[in-house]
Formats: sequence, C-alpha cells, structure tokens
Amino acid sequence: MPQLLLELFSEEIPARMQAGAARDLERMVRERLGAADLTFDSLTTHVGPRRLALVIEGLPAGQANRTEELKGPRVGAPPQAMEGFLKKAGLTQDQLVERDGVYYANLSRNGRPTPEIVAEMVDAVVRGFPWPKSMRWGSGTLRWVRPLKRILCLFDGAVVPFDVDGIESGNVTEGHRFMGSDHAPFAVKDFADYRAKLAAHFVEIDAAARRAALLSKARELCKAEGLELVEDEGLADEVAGLVEHPVPLLGDMDPAFLDLPAEVIRTSMRTHQKYFAVRDPKTGGLAPRFLVVANVAPKDGGALVKAGNAKVLSARLSDARFFWDEDRREGNFAKWLEKLQGVTFHAKLGTMYQRVERITALAREIADLVGADPEMAAEAAKLSKIDLASGMVGEFPELQGIMGGYYAREFGLEPQIADAIRDHYKPQGPGDSVPTAKVSIAVALADKLDTLVGFFAIDEKPTGSKDPYALRRAALGAIRVLIVNAVRLPLIDVFSTAVDQVDAQIDAREIARKKAAGGDFVHARGIVGDGKSRQRDLLAFFADRLKVLLRDEGKRHDLVDAVFALGDDDLVRIVARVEALDGFLKSDDGANLLAGVKRATNILKAEQKKNPGEAYDGEPAAAAFSAPEEKALGAALDKALATLEPQLGSEDFAGAMTSLATLRAPVDAFFEHVLVNDPDAQVRLNRLRLLSKIGQAAGRVADFSLISG
Amino acid sequence: MSAAAPLSFQDLILTLHAYWSSRGCLILQPYDTEVGAGTLHPATVLRALGPKSWNAAYVQPSRRPSDGRYGENPNRLQHYYQYQVILKPNPADMQDLYLGSLKAIGLDPDLHDIRFVEDDWENPTVGAWGLGWEVWCDGMEVSQYTYMQQVGGLDCDPVAGELTYGLERLAMYVFGVDNVYDLPFNTAGVKYGDVFLENERQHSAYNFEAADVATLQRQFEDMEAQVKRLLAMKASQSLVLPAYDHVLKASHLFNVMNARGAIAVAERASYIGRIRDLCKACASAWVELETRG
Repeated sequence: MPQLLLELFSEEIPARMQAGAARDLERMVRERLGAADLTFDSLTTHVGPRRLALVIEGLPAGQANRTEELKGPRVGAPPQAMEGFLKKAGLTQDQLVERDGVYYANLSRNGRPTPEIVAEMVDAVVRGFPWPKSMRWGSGTLRWVRPLKRILCLFDGAVVPFDVDGIESGNVTEGHRFMGSDHAPFAVKDFADYRAKLAAHFVEIDAAARRAALLSKARELCKAEGLELVEDEGLADEVAGLVEHPVPLLGDMDPAFLDLPAEVIRTSMRTHQKYFAVRDPKTGGLAPRFLVVANVAPKDGGALVKAGNAKVLSARLSDARFFWDEDRREGNFAKWLEKLQGVTFHAKLGTMYQRVERITALAREIADLVGADPEMAAEAAKLSKIDLASGMVGEFPELQGIMGGYYAREFGLEPQIADAIRDHYKPQGPGDSVPTAKVSIAVALADKLDTLVGFFAIDEKPTGSKDPYALRRAALGAIRVLIVNAVRLPLIDVFSTAVDQVDAQIDAREIARKKAAGGDFVHARGIVGDGKSRQRDLLAFFADRLKVLLRDEGKRHDLVDAVFALGDDDLVRIVARVEALDGFLKSDDGANLLAGVKRATNILKAEQKKNPGEAYDGEPAAAAFSAPEEKALGAALDKALATLEPQLGSEDFAGAMTSLATLRAPVDAFFEHVLVNDPDAQVRLNRLRLLSKIGQAAGRVADFSLISG
Repeated sequence: MSAAAPLSFQDLILTLHAYWSSRGCLILQPYDTEVGAGTLHPATVLRALGPKSWNAAYVQPSRRPSDGRYGENPNRLQHYYQYQVILKPNPADMQDLYLGSLKAIGLDPDLHDIRFVEDDWENPTVGAWGLGWEVWCDGMEVSQYTYMQQVGGLDCDPVAGELTYGLERLAMYVFGVDNVYDLPFNTAGVKYGDVFLENERQHSAYNFEAADVATLQRQFEDMEAQVKRLLAMKASQSLVLPAYDHVLKASHLFNVMNARGAIAVAERASYIGRIRDLCKACASAWVELETRG
C-alpha cells in the first residue's frame, strides 16, 4: 500500500513549540483522512528546528466507491417536494426505492484519488495551523510560525501537485544549514530515502533520536574526565529542538565562580545559555565546567566555540555575582520587607506585604497545631517572600524561596527558619518533594491556605481547564503536606482564621477606596458570599483534589465522597478511613454487606414514599422480635455498635470494619427469611426500625448510599 | 578568518556598509535626533509602513540614559551604536544574506556555532511588534532579526525584515576584547575609550545627577503639544515628519527623566502610553500619505 510523505520546511521554529506542532499536525491529518474515509496502517511525525514532517504508511490509492442513501419525501407528498428531491438526487422517480411509505434514493459516489484529497488536506492544514503565534512575511498573506520555504509532498513516490499561496509542492528538501560541503537542495524518492539523505546531509530528523544522541554523547564526554552531567529533562527537550546535528562540547568555567550557590550557576547556565551543568562526583558539588550543545562540528574541533561560550558564561556569572554580593548587604531584609509594600500581589488581594502579614498569622496558628515553634514559624513566614525584592530573584524568578533560604543563612538566622523559607513553596508538582521539618510544614501550609482562601474570596476559582492562579496545585500541595507528615489539622478552623483576615483586609481596602472617592463606605464589600459558605466550598475543593490524588493511587473516588459526607475535615483521618473502607469492600463480607445496606435503604425509602409521615429511626424493641433471624440481627447490631464506637474513637478503622463485617451473616439471613412488611403494623414498624439501624451502624463508618456497586 | 575581515571598529562598519550596499541597500546616515534604538530612525519606523519597497542600512547612535556607568563598566554604555538594516518586503533569502554579512566580518560558520533562537520583539512605546530571533554566535547574541508585523498599531504590509547588530558587542567579540574602551577604533592605535570615555563620564553625571527635572518635564509637555498641533494642521503639506521628530524628542526626554529617578513607578505606564499614542498618530498620518502618494 502506498506511502505519504509530507515535509513543511521553514525558517527556525521556536524549540518550545515543536512538540505541540507535531501533535497538532498528527491530529489535523487524522481528522481530515478520517473524514474522507481513508484508513492507513501507521502515522509518524518528526519535528526539528527547520522542518515539520509526517509519514503515513498503507494509505489506499483512492477512496472506495460508496453508496449513499438519501431520504426523500413521503409517498403522497406534494409534487413540488418530489420534483425538488429528484433534482437534488439527479434521478427520475422510477429509480427511487419505497420503504415504509417514504422514498429513498440510492446514490453511488465514485471514490476520489488519494492525492486529490491530500492536496486539499495540506492546503487546509497549512492555512489553519494553530501555532501559538504566527506571522506573515514578504508580500504574501500566508501565516506560519516563521517563513515557510518549501512543501515536500510525495504519495507513492510521486509529487502530489498543488500550491499553497504560491509555494509549490515538490520532492525537494534541504540539509543542514552549515555542515557539509554541498548546501544545494536535493530530491528524495520516499521516506527511507528522505531520512537517509538528510542523515547524509547532517540532519537527524527525529527529535527523540537527537535528544538521546546528545545526552549519551554529553554523558560520555563528562565521564571521560571523571565528571557527571547534571541531568535536566526540560533542558534536554529544548536543546533537541535547537539543533539538527547535536555536537556536545565540554567547556571551562572560571572556577572563581564556584562560590556562588549551585542553583544560581545552574539556573544562569540553563536560562540564558541553554548549557548543562557538570558535577564532580568526588566532591558532590559542581565542577568548573559547562556542557554546550553546538549545532555544528566546528572545523577546529570546537576550540573557538568553547572559548566564545566560556566568555559569555563569565559575563553572565559576573552579573549573578553582582546580585549575590549586592543582595547580601547588611540591612537588606528590612529594606526588602518595606519594598514588598509596593509590590502588588493581586489588585483585589493587596500587596505582597499584606499577604506576608496574613501568612505570618496563619503560620503561627498552624505551628501550634503541628508542634512547631510558633515564633520561628512566624519569623520564617514574615521573611518568606522577602527574596522577591532581591536582585537575584528579579533576574531569575524561578529561584524564589531558594535565594531567601540562602540569604537567611547569610544573615545568621536559625537553620530551621532558613529551611522553611527555602521550602515553603513546596511541593510545586507531583514530582516535587514535601517539606517534613515542622517549621517548614507550618509555613508551607500557611502559604497555600492563604492563596486558596484569598482567591476564593474574590471569586477566582478554577473553572474547567483554566486555573490561572494554580489553586489546584496549591490545594494538592497542602493535602500532600498534611498526609505525608500525618498532620492532624482541623481544616475548618484554619480556614476560618484565614477567611477572617482576608475578608478584613479586603473590606478595609474597599472602605478606604470608597472613602477616597467620597462615597458610602459603610456597605463596601468586595467579597463573594459569606465566610461560612466559602469554608464549605474550600473543603469541597479539597475533597475534589483529594479524590484526584487518591484516584492516582488507585483508590475509588466514590469512597472519598462517602467518607467526606460524614463532615470530617481531618484529611489524615479521612484517608485512613478511605483506605480501611477500600480494603473492606474488596472482601466478600464487605461487598455483601454493602448490598445489604443498600437493600435496607431502598426498602426504607420505598416504604416512606408509600406512607408519608412515617419515621423509622426509633430504636427497635427487642421484645417485639419474633423471627430468630430478626433477633440475631438485633443482637448483632447492638454488639457491633458497642465495639464500633470505641474503635472509631481510637481511629482503629480496620477494627471498625471487622465489627461491621460481623453484620454480614445476620443481615443476609434476615433478608432471606424475614418478611419486612408483616401484616401486623407493630411488627412491620419494628422491622423497619431494625433496617434503619443497619444504615445507622454503617453510617458511622461512611455514607454507604454514595458508594457505587 | 578571511583575509578581508575587518581589523577595527570603523573597519567593521565600513565592511557592513560595503556588504549591504552591494546587496542593493541605500546607505543612510544616522538620524540627527537622540533615539533609544536604530528602529526609531524614521527610515525604519515609518518606512516599515505603507506599500512601497524600501531597502536601507545605516548606523544609528543609540541613547539609553539609564545604562550609563560613568565609563566604569566594560560592557555598559549610555551611548552606543547599532547597525540597522531594513529590507521591505523581506527577500526570500534574507537569512542567507544575513549569514553572508557575518561571514564578511569574519564570523565563519564552519568555525562558530551560529543559532537562530526564538525572540518575539516588541516595542510598546511605538506600538510595534514582530517575530524573529536573537542570533547567537557561540552563545553570544550578535544580532536581532525581526519580521516586523505591526508598527504604531498598524499592519506592515508588505512585511519588512529588520536586522540590528549591536556594534560594540559584535566588535568586542570579533576582536577578542573584554573591555569596550579597549576596542581598536582604527588601526592606527586610537581606542574606543579615546573617543568616548569622557562622553560616558559626563553624560552619566548629567543623566543621573545634573539633568533638571522641571525643565525636562516642561519640554516633554511642549513636545507632546507640538506633535498634536502639527498633525492637526491642515496645511497644504503633510507635517508628519516634523511631528515624528517631536515624538523622538519626547521619548528621549522621558528616558532622561527615568534615569534621573524622576518617574514614579505608577507614572511610568502613563508616560509610555502618551508616547505610544503620539507615535500611533504619526504612523497613521504616514500611511495615509504613503497610500495616497
């Protein structure tokens, strides 16, 4: 079956857009081919600095002929309707088929040749391509990420003829911009030929192959000198998008810069220069080297390239050294704290200084609850954002926290405080570590809770895929800090403190604003809803995040709902309960008991519906039991409830599940042998109360009605 | 390096002039008003607009009052040179032409690692933006390469390709010099510092300490008023070019006030907005003139 090869050759595509472009190309082509009923065996994309390519194997030469049934007018419809339909179908009435009183036309459509469809497809893909930013060039009207130079399009070895805004399709491409002696464009026959000829012209078309090659060569170079490459996934991706022919070179860095924090050196190398840092395994610290990936193998072996890059790096690190020296001047912390008064956190949530005040109060309260020194937590919280005013973080925003930690140590603060400043943004993503020191826990939680409470107050909750203030990440981070450290925090209480202080600040600002405008300032509120309802919203938001976290760990989200419904706000206890419940429901006893509880609930619901006004929540009278199964169930319930209470009180959830499990046999026996709707009204009511008591016992553990299955 | 590679700062400029002249560019002279960048020369900012083709190259002294360091920093200057090339519509082989210019000044792509690294160019004070790259030579930014999409909020149609070489930085790289004041200005022993060190000292002192804020403010208001007056005049002749001169002067006055520390953070945006509005008005008047003529 024929092969389709497409290459869109352009000037340099930004590295950060390449992977997305390959995905978009694949998606668009699949959609169009699917819509044309063209199937194929495989589709592969390739992307690099100057080309976006696609190869499809096993496309048919053309569409199959198709018959299409067109529904026409009913028998006996007005003649105008029939006339119109016949005209549309291009048939006469005797060619129609009648079925169930309706006329149908069977139209046979000839399949179109694949190249025709491909030509239209490429035109539509190029014109409709969703680049994050696109541009025009020259005198044309076409838009592409950078000027589009050539379109190579071969189907079954032959050029698919078309042009897009004056760019004619062909079988020609170009190799590496600089490498090799011959820079003339060349023709290719098919994908194998394309790949081989490009390789001969110093272009590796596959991004993953470029990435793997550059990393393995880079590691080898380091290893040969007894050093190690500092791995950096994001940087490797980016560099693979900057070169067509990766040539790692190991350059020298002035060792005098090694007194700078390693994070500063690495960030400066990565952000400005796209260099990898190099580690000395003997010391564990950075080596005075850098690894740059050139796009050419220079004729002199790279001496000039290495020297040039070393010079640029020196200039960059001199800038960093300047910030490092300036930032460590005596009195900077006081100055920076003052500066935070002029830094807006959010127009409606005040300055960074006000935010720090809130975090400080919150950290002090949380410290008490987690057993951290409240004064240390408050001090760390007060200084937590101070580095935002430093020169270094101004230059490298990603070093926030890290620099604060360094500077706190430089200024002689307690190591616990410095660590808390450093770690309070953590965890920043699923792969990031969770702070475990007590002071750090208090500040990390205070930071995240203030963020959440603040943005909820001004109605900036995440919606759908939009979460501009990363609130989901903040909630997930707080949850992980709580769970990993088994921190028992009454969330509602903490929310309440956080909500009160955010509200007070928003009110004060709003009043001042209206006062300044000469208006009525008594009823000024910029806050959404009342504090209590927001606390409930926040708890629900945490529940959702917890569900996501537990689902990722393979737990059922309906169990989280069933446990949250009890109104608990202690996440550690909630998780323990969910885990015990999960184990229980996987057992035979658990699954059967769940069915029993649901059956009891359904009967109660049905009876209540039939007899509005009846209530079954009273205690069943043991004296009124007649059937042995009924007696047994009553006794089992009393016994289970008696053990359940202390077990739940001591958070022995596994034990509580064992207590519940004792109900399974009596419940099953009851349903098998006892008729609930006894003709005697007293007996019936007593039995319904017994059923209700099953629900109450189960309900001590979770809301079983929310559990599916 | 090739035999013809330049040996001095002035040689470098002459080499670029010869190169771009032979590629059909008009070789223009610097604009005679203080500007912050070569783009602001009317030969770029105005000529990038309108339907007519335009190819020009020139050196433009650029003033960045806040960047002055009293002659004490080896890399930073409040007055430096940009080499500016504008090709409208941009030719299809503009990248190759550009690489040819690097070769001409001695940067051989067989020996150096030359890269086109994404850079979205934007100049909010003139309401302009474009897409292109920073061009790196061995990790060092040697030029800015832009396909200009809009100026003064108006579409560039056709699109102009713009190249900006930072001449001092490029020269320092080509000649292997670490301190800008040590650059050979010519081959007879005159250094860059012999020509400009005293200027840097005096102008830094003026920009940071001596400039009279009240006067600057008054002049800024005057310039702003003049732009509006000139554009509003229904004279027999369009006065957009003199009006634009006043925009440049206003822009420079703002830069000096900024260096002098006379602009509060909250005022900054409003000043930039005022300059942008003036610039947009000139751009519109220019396009009207160009499409009419």
